[in-house]
Amino acid sequence: MVNSAAPGLEQLFFTFFNADVAATYWRDIARGMGITALLSIAVVAAGLLLGLILAVVRYLQWRVPGLLVVAFADILRSLPPLVLIIVLFFAFPFIGLSMSSFTATWLALTLVLAAYAEESIWGGILSLHVGQSEAARSTGLSWWQTTFSVVLPQALRLAVPPLTNRVISVTKNTALGSVIALSEILNTAQSASSNAGNPTPLMLGAAAYLVLFIPVVLFSRWLETRWRWKR
Amino acid sequence: MDALLQNFFNLAIYREVFPFLLRGLWTTIWLSLLVIPIGIVSGLALALVCTQTRHRWLRILAIVYIDFFRSFPPLVLLILIYFGAPFLGLELPKLVAVAIGFMLNNSSYFSEVFRAGIESVPSGQMEAARSTGLTRLQALRHVIVPQATRNVLPDLVSNCIEVIKLTTIASVVALPELLRVARDAQSLVYNPSPIVLAALMYLALLWPLVRWLSRLEHKNRAIA
Repeated sequence: MVNSAAPGLEQLFFTFFNADVAATYWRDIARGMGITALLSIAVVAAGLLLGLILAVVRYLQWRVPGLLVVAFADILRSLPPLVLIIVLFFAFPFIGLSMSSFTATWLALTLVLAAYAEESIWGGILSLHVGQSEAARSTGLSWWQTTFSVVLPQALRLAVPPLTNRVISVTKNTALGSVIALSEILNTAQSASSNAGNPTPLMLGAAAYLVLFIPVVLFSRWLETRWRWKR
Repeated sequence: MDALLQNFFNLAIYREVFPFLLRGLWTTIWLSLLVIPIGIVSGLALALVCTQTRHRWLRILAIVYIDFFRSFPPLVLLILIYFGAPFLGLELPKLVAVAIGFMLNNSSYFSEVFRAGIESVPSGQMEAARSTGLTRLQALRHVIVPQATRNVLPDLVSNCIEVIKLTTIASVVALPELLRVARDAQSLVYNPSPIVLAALMYLALLWPLVRWLSRLEHKNRAIA
């Protein structure tokens, strides 16, 4: 399919947006979209929850658990997510821990998001005035009541702008699952493209990502401006 | 425990593959040193277009470009470029495909950071600089951009760390950076120790940067 002469515009269009090829493969791409969406939702839900739990553990200010949380956050922010996915998928079976490509991708991205979420929420907690929790305690609230009704609601609000960007980049990393043959959008599009000997499925896959992520990017922009005005 | 030592931390294999992995690490480092400056320069240019131009349509075009490439996973972009280009009659060398993909992706991220920085500099700064006789370009260069950069330094460092981690996707197009070399070594020795060693090398490279970033962020918070 490599053309030596510069192809005409019509021919180019026929190559990259071939209706027959698109008709054959659009269902596969749509299925891939479903998997990408499912994986993204599972990662965001588990990652944010775990991040919140870790931030609360660090806020307890017990020495050893606190240090463990810091070490976890540091390591997971230092390792490239693709390396993590490959270690989980290719190395863990050797010590008797096999997992599906979906589980490996989900676990790796969840741990990464949890590390960033913990850092953002912790940053939110730090930027609150100490007087907030002191005042809450002096009105007779217990430590847990103070944490969950006074400290965390404010800290979470402060953590939202940095977290939205992180959530977007982590969900886009679901494409990394294609490296371990998870049949999400990219992997489906790539194999369809090589089956058909035509790049149309790749273009369909790209369009699928735009459909999924442009709304999210626009939403994050809106969220950022809204937050900025309110402060 | 024995299986763990044998398969993850096999010292005999570590010794054997270390020279190869070291070469991969160098490739990762110089690849980062190539794509980070490209991203910073093009990102700054985009941010200046976004904030300084009086042409509405030019600004809108820049924002559309930024959002478009922020919506694409970088790996998708790379594969589209590397495997799509031959259909246009272009055989791109791996390094060129990687550089183009990173430029498109990074410029939009860096421009968002610089835009926030430029917007954080009070408009009085520009007015004062202009009134001392500096041209607009001089004022940007000597007054606005330095302050903007300082204000968003933690975000810039954070973005650079993300870019270094992102160089791992070049392994998908068989560019011999650290991850790729480690995977090749793994399939040669049929033992996952090389990828575990590669993970440790990434940690050694990036952990100090992540620590430095944490300190930068906390310092900024103490001032604010």
